[in-house]
Amino acid sequence: MFSKESLIALQSIFIKEVTRYFRIWVQTLLPPAITMSLYFVIFGQLIGSRVGQMGGVSYMEYITPGIIMMSVITNSYSNVVSSFFSAKFQRSIEEMLVSPVPTLYILLGYIFGGVSRGLLTGIIVTLVASQFVDLEVHHWGILFFVVILTSMLFATGGLVNAIFAKKFDDISIVPTFILTPLTYLGGVFYSIQLLPEFWQTVSLANPILYMVNAFRYGFLGFSDIDIVHALILLSVFILSLFSLAYYLLTKGIGIRS
Amino acid sequence: MTEKAIEISNLKKTYSGGVEALKGISFDVEKGDFIALLGPNGAGKSTTIGIICSLVNKTSGEVRVFGHSIDKELEAAKRCIGLVPQEFNFSQFETCKQIVVTQAGYYGVPRVIANERAEIWLKKLSLWDKRDTPARMLSGGMKRRLMIARALMHEPKMLILDEPTAGVDIEIRRSMWEFLTELNEAGTTVVLTTHYLEEAEQLCRNITIINHGEIVENTSMKDLISRLDMETFVLDVDRVPDSLPDMKEVSFRKRDEATIEIDVPKEFALNQVFHKLSDKNINVLSMRNKSNRLEELFVRLTEKA
Repeated sequence: MFSKESLIALQSIFIKEVTRYFRIWVQTLLPPAITMSLYFVIFGQLIGSRVGQMGGVSYMEYITPGIIMMSVITNSYSNVVSSFFSAKFQRSIEEMLVSPVPTLYILLGYIFGGVSRGLLTGIIVTLVASQFVDLEVHHWGILFFVVILTSMLFATGGLVNAIFAKKFDDISIVPTFILTPLTYLGGVFYSIQLLPEFWQTVSLANPILYMVNAFRYGFLGFSDIDIVHALILLSVFILSLFSLAYYLLTKGIGIRS
Repeated sequence: MTEKAIEISNLKKTYSGGVEALKGISFDVEKGDFIALLGPNGAGKSTTIGIICSLVNKTSGEVRVFGHSIDKELEAAKRCIGLVPQEFNFSQFETCKQIVVTQAGYYGVPRVIANERAEIWLKKLSLWDKRDTPARMLSGGMKRRLMIARALMHEPKMLILDEPTAGVDIEIRRSMWEFLTELNEAGTTVVLTTHYLEEAEQLCRNITIINHGEIVENTSMKDLISRLDMETFVLDVDRVPDSLPDMKEVSFRKRDEATIEIDVPKEFALNQVFHKLSDKNINVLSMRNKSNRLEELFVRLTEKA
């Protein structure tokens, strides 16, 4: 299971993934920097200056963790979904299927690739944010732990999406119609305490709310939800999706006839 | 006891749509053999290869590769096989070197060794100059050779090639034949599917013919060819009259104004044919064997099934 050969195979998948998104950096690494700069200018400076304070900090400071998290979520998901689906589409997935790479390592290779792109874009957006706001970190441990777990979760989600996808449309449905609305409604730009009680309760069903708030806690030291609760939920989601992805790959669903 | 490269027993495959691609086939491939797997389109050749290489899930039956069951020792079985598939199945955006080195990594070959092997195989297959070229920029023949190089990166005991020379020009095809022959002589078992029967006849020692998911023939090439009872010759002549000689055992056909084709029983003395042609004042300038012998047999066997 943990043989030297398997670790070399894992390293090969990871290098292939990293090389892929660096090769197309104009499509993968540049857009988050530009899009998030626009968010900071429009929502942070222009509108934010009129909003005033939220949670005792400037609006710009308040939205920064959520915007960083948004780029981490989007990029870790889209890296795996597009890479794995392209491999299916071009049939290069067969390179792995005929080889003795254990399923677990195929899964980990893609997840690590997605996590690395999520983290890299997170760092890029943080650097962009530092041009607009003085960032201070309240709790490095929570910050690190939450960003790793979140990118793992969405990288795994991207893989499950790609396994089921049969055409290119199928890999954009989830990000467009599920992920984006959940992210925007996940407390990136507002505190759920501003919502009526009913919508506060509804918001608690949105998993992204927990990730954004836990990440915000790492930066600012306050959150709309309990941090331990958020971390447990994240771990449960990861375990569930990871088990599903492992089962699908082992059975060859969507990749073997 | 000779070690078998492949042992297939009562292998069945029914696709989810209900198509029965394999109806319980059984055959063995000896270690070191060079065998052709022939059959018309949709006969079950690629399904058989897909199951051996674990790209297709079998419905039932048993497959062993160098003694390793694909049900119990799949990883060990996979290490013995190098696959050159029918369709190009690499990332079109990666360079030749990236493709082969990554593939070696999947088999646990350390990167330093993989780089050395990449140089060896890309040079042997005349692709070293293209090592940093993205795969999409290669010609069809180069892409085929790239897939052969990729399949050899982990030094497999057996190479399986699914129509490797489809769509490549004669020169490249001949060089691939030489390459495969050398590889086989060095000890690698080679399994080849092809539609070029001349290719199978030239290269392979044994032959398995599949049709409608069943084995219709599994024998040596020599034995199969010896079963042909007729031979066809092409005669270049100085003139072709309107009425050709009439013989009970031999059939004459005019191909053009200077060529005649004759079908002759295998043990028939050709002197009698020449006498008949002389009687008609036809001089034979040269003669050659028409190389479609295997094609005739193939059509006969697959029509019968």
